Amino acid sequence: MTTSEVILQARNLVKEFVLRDQGGLFGHKRILRAVDDVDLTLYAGETLALVGESGSGKSTTARLIARLLDVTSGSVQFQGEEVTGLSRAELYRFRSNVQVVFQDPYSSLNPRHTVERIVTAPLVYQGRTVPGGARTFTRSLMERVGLNPDHSARFPSQFSGGQAQRIGIARALAVGPKVVVCDEAVSALDVSVQAQVINLLRKLQQEEGLTYLFIAHDLAVVRQIAHRVAVMNQGRVVETGERDAVFREPADEYTRTLLAAVPRIRPEWQAARRARAHDRRGG
Amino acid sequence: MSSPSSAPLLEVEDLTVAFPSPAGPTDVVHEISFTLDPGRSLGIVGESGSGKSMTSLAIMGLLPPTARRTGRVRLAGREISSLPERQMRRIRGDRIAMIFQDPLSSLNPYYTVGLQIEEAYRAHRPNVTRRKARQVVVEAMERVQITDAARRVDHYPHQFSGGMRQRVMIAMALSTEPDLIIADEPTTALDVTVQAQILRLLRSVQQDTGAGLVLITHDLAVVSEMADDVVVMRSGQCVEYAGCEQLFSDPRHPYTCALIDAVPQLEDDVGELRAVGDAGPSRGGER
Amino acid sequence: MLRFLLARLSGLILILLLVCVCTFAVFFVLSPDPAVQICGKNCTPELIDQIRANLGLDEPLLSQFLSFVGGLFAGRTYGAGDAATHCAAPCLGYSFQSSQPVWEMVTERLPVTVTVAIGAAVLWLLAGVVGGLISALKQGTWWDRGAMLVALSGLSIPNYVFALVLQYVLVVQLEWLPFPQAVGFAADPWQWFANYLMPWTVLAFAYASVYARLTRANVIDTLAENYVRTARAKGLPSHLVVRRHALRPALTPITTIFGMDFAGLLGGALITESVFGLNGVGKLTADAISSNDQPVIMGVTLLAAFFVVAGNVVVDLTYTALDPRVRVKSV
Repeated sequence: MTTSEVILQARNLVKEFVLRDQGGLFGHKRILRAVDDVDLTLYAGETLALVGESGSGKSTTARLIARLLDVTSGSVQFQGEEVTGLSRAELYRFRSNVQVVFQDPYSSLNPRHTVERIVTAPLVYQGRTVPGGARTFTRSLMERVGLNPDHSARFPSQFSGGQAQRIGIARALAVGPKVVVCDEAVSALDVSVQAQVINLLRKLQQEEGLTYLFIAHDLAVVRQIAHRVAVMNQGRVVETGERDAVFREPADEYTRTLLAAVPRIRPEWQAARRARAHDRRGG
Repeated sequence: MSSPSSAPLLEVEDLTVAFPSPAGPTDVVHEISFTLDPGRSLGIVGESGSGKSMTSLAIMGLLPPTARRTGRVRLAGREISSLPERQMRRIRGDRIAMIFQDPLSSLNPYYTVGLQIEEAYRAHRPNVTRRKARQVVVEAMERVQITDAARRVDHYPHQFSGGMRQRVMIAMALSTEPDLIIADEPTTALDVTVQAQILRLLRSVQQDTGAGLVLITHDLAVVSEMADDVVVMRSGQCVEYAGCEQLFSDPRHPYTCALIDAVPQLEDDVGELRAVGDAGPSRGGER
Repeated sequence: MLRFLLARLSGLILILLLVCVCTFAVFFVLSPDPAVQICGKNCTPELIDQIRANLGLDEPLLSQFLSFVGGLFAGRTYGAGDAATHCAAPCLGYSFQSSQPVWEMVTERLPVTVTVAIGAAVLWLLAGVVGGLISALKQGTWWDRGAMLVALSGLSIPNYVFALVLQYVLVVQLEWLPFPQAVGFAADPWQWFANYLMPWTVLAFAYASVYARLTRANVIDTLAENYVRTARAKGLPSHLVVRRHALRPALTPITTIFGMDFAGLLGGALITESVFGLNGVGKLTADAISSNDQPVIMGVTLLAAFFVVAGNVVVDLTYTALDPRVRVKSV
C-alpha cells in the first residue's frame, strides 16, 4: 500500500434492532445490539477484510457503511463528507461512489432482466446517460469482468455461479465507484470458481485503484485478498491490523481461536506436492 | 489395506445412479468403486454437482423414486443393494447411520430432540422400554458433550444453536451403535470454530466405537484432516482414489492438482491463485 | 400466556366496536328512514314522529350510536312512561317486521345453524383431509387424478346447483330421503338426520374440495423436507414416517384455515339454509335483507363478526399449542 489517504471512515457505529415477542402491544421488547461501537478506516486503494462468524455483526456493519441500513448512532464519512444523514438526491452521488456485491448472485440479480439491463440500470436510476450507448457500455464492462461480451442479451439463469457473480461485479462497477463493499461475495462459490473471482477482484483493484471492504467468514480467503484485517466478534471489532501481523501474531484471544479452528492441508504435504510439480515442470 | 481374515466394512462396486431425462437416462453417479475398513474413514470430495451426495443416498437406499441404481454395495460382505425395502429399513439407522448438512432442517421442529433420538433407537429395538430408551438417549447426548443432557432432552430443535443441533444429529446416529456413519457435509452450515469442535467430536466418536466413517464434503482441507482414503469426484465420475497423504502430496489427476491448487491456504504467501477451468454451469449453492 | 390472551381479547373488543360503527353507519345513516318503513301505508306525519321518538331516531347520531352500544352491554329502554319497553342486554333492538326482539330471533335460529356447521365440518374434514392425504401419497396415480378432478368440480359447481340436483335425485327420483320437514332430534332422530344430511353434504362438498387440495399440497411439500429424509434414514417404517413426521407439520396450518371457515359458517349459510328451507341464521339473514329489516340485518352482521373474530382468537391459541416454535421461546 503506497497511499495513506483515508477514503471512508466509520466512527462509533451502533446498530440496534428491536425484537418484539408476539402479543402485539403487550409483547416484551428486547433490544439486540448487532453492531456495538465499531470504528473502521478504509484507505484508498486497499482491501480491508472484515471477518467474523455468523452473528458477529460484520454484514450489518457493511450495510451501515454502504447506507443500506440506517445507523442507530455513530458516523460514516466518505471523503470527509458525512453520509448518515444524506438526502435522497445526495444519496445518488454517494451510491455512485460506494457499491455493493452480494453473496448470492442469483437472488440479487433480477432474473427477468438481461445483463445489459442489469448493468445499465444503476445509471438509468440515477438519471445519468450511459457513456457510448447501452450496448457498447455493456460490452466493455463484460470484457472487464472476464465475460463474453456477446452474451449481453442473456439472463442471469443462463450463466454459471461464477459468471453470475461476475455480472454482480459488473453491475457494481457500472457507476464507476471508488469503494466496493463485497458482502461474502465469494462465499457461495465452489473453490475453483472462487479462486477465479478472487483473482478478478485483485486484477480490477490493480488496474483501477478500487478500494474494497471485503466481508468474509473464511480466513483463508481473506488471507488471499486483504491488505488489512479487522476481526469482529459479538458486534465489536476485537482486532485490527496489517494482514500478516494479524495472521502471524494475533493479539486477541478470539482471533487466535478463530485461526486455530481453520482446517488446513498439512504444510509438508503441500511442500512435497509443489516440489514434485516443480520437478515435473523442470524435467 | 483390508485385513485378510474378514471382508471390508463397506464395498462399493461400479455404483451408478441415473435419472431419466428427455435425452434418455443421465448418470449423476457413474461406476464409482471404493472400499472402507472398520474404524477407517473415507472422504468423498467434489464440487457442487459432482454426485457426491447422490453416492451417499445410493448407499443408504434413499434415492428419489425416479432414480435408477445399478452396481453393488456390500456391508461386511453382505450385499445390501439388492435387498427389499423391508430389510433395508432394518439396516438404515441401525447399522448405517447418517448425518446431514443442515441440522436445523434435518430435525423435525414439532418434536423434542429426545423423542427424535429415541425414535432412532427404538425403531430397531421395539421391545425396549421407554425408560431404558430415554436413558440411552441421555447417555448419547452426554457422549456428544451436550451439557445438562437430562434437561435438554425435552427441548425442541429451535432451542439449540447450530453446533448443538449437529451434536444432536450425531447423538442420534450414535444411539444405535452403527458400524458405519455417513456424514454428508456435516459442518458446511457451521461456523469455523464450531466446525472444528464437530470434526473433533466425530473423530473421537469414531475412535471410541470403531465405526467406519464416510465423510462427504466440498472442503479439501477438512478431508485432509479427517480421511484415511479419499475419492475425488467430478461430474459423477471418480477421477482419483488414493490414500490421503498420497493424494495431497502427489496427486496424479490434473483435476485433483487443480482443485488442491485452488484451495486458499492460511499459511501460503499470497500469489496468484490458480483457477480450475470453469467447468460448465454450476450453481455453487452447496455452501 | 396471560399477556398474550389479554392482547388478543383487547383486540377482539376493538374490532367488534369497529364493526358496530360500520354496520351502524351503513344501516342507520345511509338507508331510508326506518320510521317511514315501520309506519306503513296509512301513515300520518304525527305517527312517524311518534315512532321516531320511540326508537330514539330524533336524537343526534352519536347519542343514537351510544345508546345502541349501551343496549348491547347493559340493555336499554325504548319510549317513556306507560309505553316504555325494556330490552334486556344484549339488546339488538326489535325487528321492524315482527316486532320481536332481534336477540331472541337470532338465538332461536342459532341451534339450526350450529348443527349445520358442525355436521358439515365433520364431513369435510374427513373427506378433505383423508382424500388429500391419499392423493399426496399416491401422487400421479389414477386415484390422485380422480380425487383432484372431483375436488375441482366441487370448487366450480355453484352451491345451489348442487343442492337442487341432490334434492331432485335423492328425494324426488330415488326417494332415498324423506321430504325435509322441521323435526327435533328427540322427536324423530331418523327424520332429523335425513333433514340435515343434504345440507351437510352440499356445504361439505365445496369445503372438502379446498381442503383436499390444500392437504395434498402440504403433505407433498412436507414429504420433501429434510427431516422426513432423516426419519427415513433412521429406519422408521414408512407408515410412521408419514404419520409422525409428515402429517403433523402438514396439517397444523390447516387447523388455522379450518377455524376461520368454521367460524364463518356459524354466521349462517345463506344459500344452503334457504334452499333446504332450514330455519337458521342464514335464512333469517336472507329474509331480513329481502324485507329490509334493518335491526335484524345489523344483529346478524354483528353476530357473524363476533364469530369470525372469536374464531381468530381460538385459531391463534390452537396454533400456539400445536407449534412448539411459537409455544416455546428459544434459549
